[in-house]
Amino acid sequence: MLKDADRIFTNIYGWEDAGLKGAKKRGDWSNTAKLIQLGHDEIIEQMKASGLRGRGGAGFPTGLKWSFMPKEVKERPHYLVVNADESEPGTCKDRDILRNEPHKLLEGCVVAGFAMKAHAAYIYIRGEFVNEARALQKAIDEAYADGLLGKDAAKSGWAFDIYLHRGAGAYICGEETALLESLEGRKGQPRLKPPFPAGAGLYGCPTTVNNVESIAVAPTILRRGASWFAGLGKENNTGTKLFCISGHVNNPCNVEEEMGIPLKELLEKHAGGVRGGWDNLLAVIPGGSSTPLMPRNVCDDITMDFDALRDAGTGLGTAGIIVMDKSTDIIKAISRLSYFYKHESCGQCTPCREGTGWMWRMMERLVRGDAEEHEIDTLEQVTRQVEGHTICALGDAAAWPIQGLIKHFRPEIERRIAARHANDAVYAAE
Amino acid sequence: MSIEARIASEQPDSFAFSAQNEKEIKRIIAKYPKGRQASAVMPLLDLAQRQNDNWIPMKAIELIAEMLDMAQIRVLEVATFYTMYNLKPVGKYFLQACTTTPCWLRGSDEMMRCIKDRYGIASGETSECGRFSLLEVECLGACVNAPILQVNDDFYEDLDYQSTGALLDSLEAEKPLEVGSVTGRSGSEAKGGATSLSALKPKKSGAANA
Repeated sequence: MLKDADRIFTNIYGWEDAGLKGAKKRGDWSNTAKLIQLGHDEIIEQMKASGLRGRGGAGFPTGLKWSFMPKEVKERPHYLVVNADESEPGTCKDRDILRNEPHKLLEGCVVAGFAMKAHAAYIYIRGEFVNEARALQKAIDEAYADGLLGKDAAKSGWAFDIYLHRGAGAYICGEETALLESLEGRKGQPRLKPPFPAGAGLYGCPTTVNNVESIAVAPTILRRGASWFAGLGKENNTGTKLFCISGHVNNPCNVEEEMGIPLKELLEKHAGGVRGGWDNLLAVIPGGSSTPLMPRNVCDDITMDFDALRDAGTGLGTAGIIVMDKSTDIIKAISRLSYFYKHESCGQCTPCREGTGWMWRMMERLVRGDAEEHEIDTLEQVTRQVEGHTICALGDAAAWPIQGLIKHFRPEIERRIAARHANDAVYAAE
Repeated sequence: MSIEARIASEQPDSFAFSAQNEKEIKRIIAKYPKGRQASAVMPLLDLAQRQNDNWIPMKAIELIAEMLDMAQIRVLEVATFYTMYNLKPVGKYFLQACTTTPCWLRGSDEMMRCIKDRYGIASGETSECGRFSLLEVECLGACVNAPILQVNDDFYEDLDYQSTGALLDSLEAEKPLEVGSVTGRSGSEAKGGATSLSALKPKKSGAANA
């Protein structure tokens, strides 16, 4: 188990003052100017050496992403945009950073912004997080009043401004280019890439979009050293991670743990174990709703990191773990996710707009067993026709949970269809 | 849903921002680079909604378009794309119940049943007394505290049938319960106390920020 001394987010549960005074006591802002003195390139090198991979779901190396920004600032200013549009079902980690550790995020913005030669950051927070936005705005105001933001941020000689922008209920704005569209005052519909945001992002300027957790861990990594962070976890899957454990465990919770922790250990040490015991486990969705589920036999010894989960045919995603015990109607659980994606499709690409509705209606029939067995294959084929054929990954995200269900629970779907047919036959005979 | 069904048929004749909101609008527009004032459309829609009993009349959309130098249809497009903008009146207590899988696994059906039993309303409807509107919503992003009921700006967490009833009682009495988990746990820590950060744990259970 991760030692408390290696935990970055020590106020994750909101036990102490989330404001500036409490944050300084926890070490935030203690030597920001010194971190900035490392210089643009050295900060990026350190981040690369730490092995930090993006915490928003895709797991792209953060330092490498920062290095994609143009080396020189020309006529167009550079921007840092923080993605706080946390909406992936099963995921609620950024919420805790925003409300309980906002200064870690703000200090991270200054350091990351400096590294990529930006003088401004926009934090895009989901609209429903009203109280979290208030907590964050309060932290921003405190930081300005204390000279940590503004013309000479934290006496570093670097001018830096942070602006908060609230969304208004659209999962798709978690996709980085939809987020930029929304920030510019339009519908949140993803842009075609290329150009990538590092070339032409916000207002057509070079932009890097990072997840809250990725930015919030940066100051601690620089302070304690890349080798400290790289020494935690596993090779290529380094550091600590906030895990969200929801569903059928005795004590659902968020917890910061080491990357690569075995799933079973994570659930038993921190979440009170699976309801009714480990043998009562049916399946786990490991990284937010879009990652395919794992049946019990895979859960027995899987570790929670990008590579192990990828090799198991799923993903770490956001590390939003949804646990389902044997009482779960697994087809309905996935069908509810299909409804989610149908609801959240922005409607721009036909395969997604039409496909998500089609897949959901089909899933609802499978919940009732009101189908023919060959239609399972038809559904599987439709998921393949949506996957990879849309501008953004929402189409993929809608397809994967269904593919996972068919792969691991096809007998259950078939059983339900057979039961329905048998039932119909009885009624027909009467 | 058709656009006609989403927009109130009865509309006020005019809309103007309050003097205080006018000041706030200047502050908001200043956040964005010159010429990029369209970025302020979402915060302005939110301000209009807050000023107007939690819904946005068409006159406000016209006014915002004028203030930001945008075509009216561009503002309406934004107002209809995002689900949090109400284009017709809702009750004083706008109940948004999350029923996405993580909440459903933890009993969001029971939370919904409690609301239905009491007011006889389904998603999209308002109670006879006019004070309670219900909307079934997608993941609210507080899954380890499921199920969640958002009441206006506030999240109520870890609900079941009984505690949803107690929450509704408190709203009816105009004395809303304390925001957050109804079980009293602090934020997202495990029930019965966190399993990490033991040296920092507050001595008394039920922490300062609970």
